[in-house]
Amino acid sequence: MKKKNTSVKPLNFTSGWEYAPAPESADHIHLEKQYELFIDGKFVKPGKGKYFDTINPATEKKIASVAEADEQDVAKAVSAARKAYDKVWGRMPAPERAKYIFRIARMIQERSREFAVIETMDGGKPIRESRDIDIPLAANHFFYYAGWADKLNYAFPNQQPAPLGVAGQIIPWNFPLLMAAWKIAPALATGNTVVLKPAETTPLTALKLAELIRDSGLPDGVVNIVTGAGRTGAAIVGHPGIDKIAFTGSTDVGKLIQKSIAGTDKKLTLELGGKAAHIIFEDAPINQAVEGIVNGIFFNQGHVCCAGSRLFVQESVADMVIQKLKDRMETLIVGDPMDKNTDIGAINSKEQLQTILKYIEIGKNEGGEIYQSSCALPGKGYFCKPTLFLNSSQSHRIVQEEIFGPVLTIQTFRTIEEVIEKANNIPYGLSAGVWTDKGSKIFNLTSRLRAGVIWANTYNKFDPASPFGGYKESGFGREGGLHGLMPYLKF
Amino acid sequence: MTRLEVLKTYKIYIGGQFPRTESGRYYTLTGKDSTPLANVCLSSRKDFRNAVVAARAAFAGWSSRPGFNRGQILYRIAEMLEGRKEQFVAELILQGAAPKAALEEVMTATDRLVYYAGWCDKYQALFSSVNPVASSHFNFSVPEATGVVAIIAPESNSLLGLVTALAPVIAGGNTCVALASTSMPLCAVTFAEVVHASDVPAGVVNILTGTSKELHSHFASHMDVNALICYGTDKTEITRMKELASLNVKRIFVHTKEDQGPYHILQAQEIKTTWHPIEQIGPGKAGY
Repeated sequence: MKKKNTSVKPLNFTSGWEYAPAPESADHIHLEKQYELFIDGKFVKPGKGKYFDTINPATEKKIASVAEADEQDVAKAVSAARKAYDKVWGRMPAPERAKYIFRIARMIQERSREFAVIETMDGGKPIRESRDIDIPLAANHFFYYAGWADKLNYAFPNQQPAPLGVAGQIIPWNFPLLMAAWKIAPALATGNTVVLKPAETTPLTALKLAELIRDSGLPDGVVNIVTGAGRTGAAIVGHPGIDKIAFTGSTDVGKLIQKSIAGTDKKLTLELGGKAAHIIFEDAPINQAVEGIVNGIFFNQGHVCCAGSRLFVQESVADMVIQKLKDRMETLIVGDPMDKNTDIGAINSKEQLQTILKYIEIGKNEGGEIYQSSCALPGKGYFCKPTLFLNSSQSHRIVQEEIFGPVLTIQTFRTIEEVIEKANNIPYGLSAGVWTDKGSKIFNLTSRLRAGVIWANTYNKFDPASPFGGYKESGFGREGGLHGLMPYLKF
Repeated sequence: MTRLEVLKTYKIYIGGQFPRTESGRYYTLTGKDSTPLANVCLSSRKDFRNAVVAARAAFAGWSSRPGFNRGQILYRIAEMLEGRKEQFVAELILQGAAPKAALEEVMTATDRLVYYAGWCDKYQALFSSVNPVASSHFNFSVPEATGVVAIIAPESNSLLGLVTALAPVIAGGNTCVALASTSMPLCAVTFAEVVHASDVPAGVVNILTGTSKELHSHFASHMDVNALICYGTDKTEITRMKELASLNVKRIFVHTKEDQGPYHILQAQEIKTTWHPIEQIGPGKAGY
């Protein structure tokens, strides 16, 4: 293959110009010192009186104490949800149901800045992302599904769709409010009631949502939010009064859940891990592709199940793409998530930082060639430099396993057949990206890549109208769009 | 002198061939007054694994065929089945069915294949969507075949249950390995001959005889099987299968009714969503 002229003049960033700090103000937000469980429309203390701390990963300072729900607390939440389903929500005329959900959407929009600030404080993601992506998308998700509530008979003609009952929902820490919206909105629209558990490191926006739901006048018990760690989640999964489990999280935990409900009739949706192939062809718009690569792996510190974490670059342009990528990485601002100029915020927790650093060590030991941007990291808080591994190979653990951090592995390829084989040769199948200027090539690839979401000449785009979910060990069921109604209905 | 009847050897169907079980084992099927009807293969885990290899090899080709072509092939299966109606009726009667019920079963099975033949190029339109995303992107979702599907056919009948379980799976572009009814396996093997004569590529349909007791855990635990469709009724086996399915996040569906419909196709489909930017061309203007 003829090599293209790939000499790239390195960019000079030593201009002397620096970004002045541009911190978002946290003055206007309302946070309690201690948060209780939201059960049957009220905030109630946990039966055992146990609490855990939620901390700001950018400062390592405690933000609030949060109640830890045990089996009895979960049982209370389930019975409240059951009562609300039997007495109110399951029988409510669908257009009325819709209006409640519309109202929640509007209230999130009204309070979006407060939610954005708290999301960033609790989870470490840049304020730019929580402000422009997480919170607006969460509101939009409620708005979108609200409209479905009274139109289900058109979505599934001749099927007499009916709700399942009580949905137990367990969500991860990477998009706390957005995942709550992805779970709650379709469940409510289809007439189910909810017991939701946010992740233990990021419970605050879900609890703020609980306040908002209380204020919205949604009937008591329709949405219950219980906080805690794995044990609380297990109590939800194991409760016999739950009709449906929806889980987003790691493939390991997803498998445990699937196994543990084997003897029951509970319905299940799993949105699990991923290790997306991100494929750059020689005819791609290279500068845009480099932006796509950066967005694919460094968005939300790489804490994204659909992150484009396996880069495949066609050999003829590899040198150029890698040089441009390194240059672009130098411009990324890593630091205070509350600063509006920050590109990469804090790693969500100490544990996650340790996991990422462990994988970086594994990558080095496997013989990958590491490259990290030269940025300085803040002295306090959990941060990780944007990292590349060149000369990765298919058998490396850092290529096969989900790292969930800002770590990109790079492989090169020559032919389409080769890259499809490599892209699909993994147990995951959540997402993939393709960059090329040729339409027929895009459609060839998109139909042969075994993944649930394919981004062509773009990456990491989300919308409430767009179904999201995986193939293979990335889970089953879809969230978003018309297809996202199905997991909450029986025919 | 009366002519000696030529008896049929009932074998299994793997990768477009009719081998005996590699295990060499068999069980004897008996008729009404305990007369032996046939020695039927008691398929092993190894047979199943071989069948999965064949099914996986056939998947890329079968799933990428146009729905129209799959439809013609399913219709061809119905044609072949119709032509061999008498043989199936005779086997059903041998296995204990009343003549009228036997004829009814064969006719219903044939019609069901025609029904799914028609769906092959239509369910995509039904289950696809163009999604009106709020950004400048073209976004659409389409169903795609899940992959290799293991099937445990109903025990209660010989032909119709197998066809009910298998037709929507292959109509949707999947390949499959099916376990026939243990007590009524004859029609399943003869149905394999029908499939074999219907331009179905080798490996798309694989049919084993044997017992669910022995094979169910292997069906559920195999790491290269993407979905499991089960018409079994044994609660312990079903729970065990659901547990083992978690090993590779296998999709598992347990049915109690033998009905038909497009949602039976959908269960072995994945929904794929594709995004592509739309060039910004500014606000629309009146063109005329």
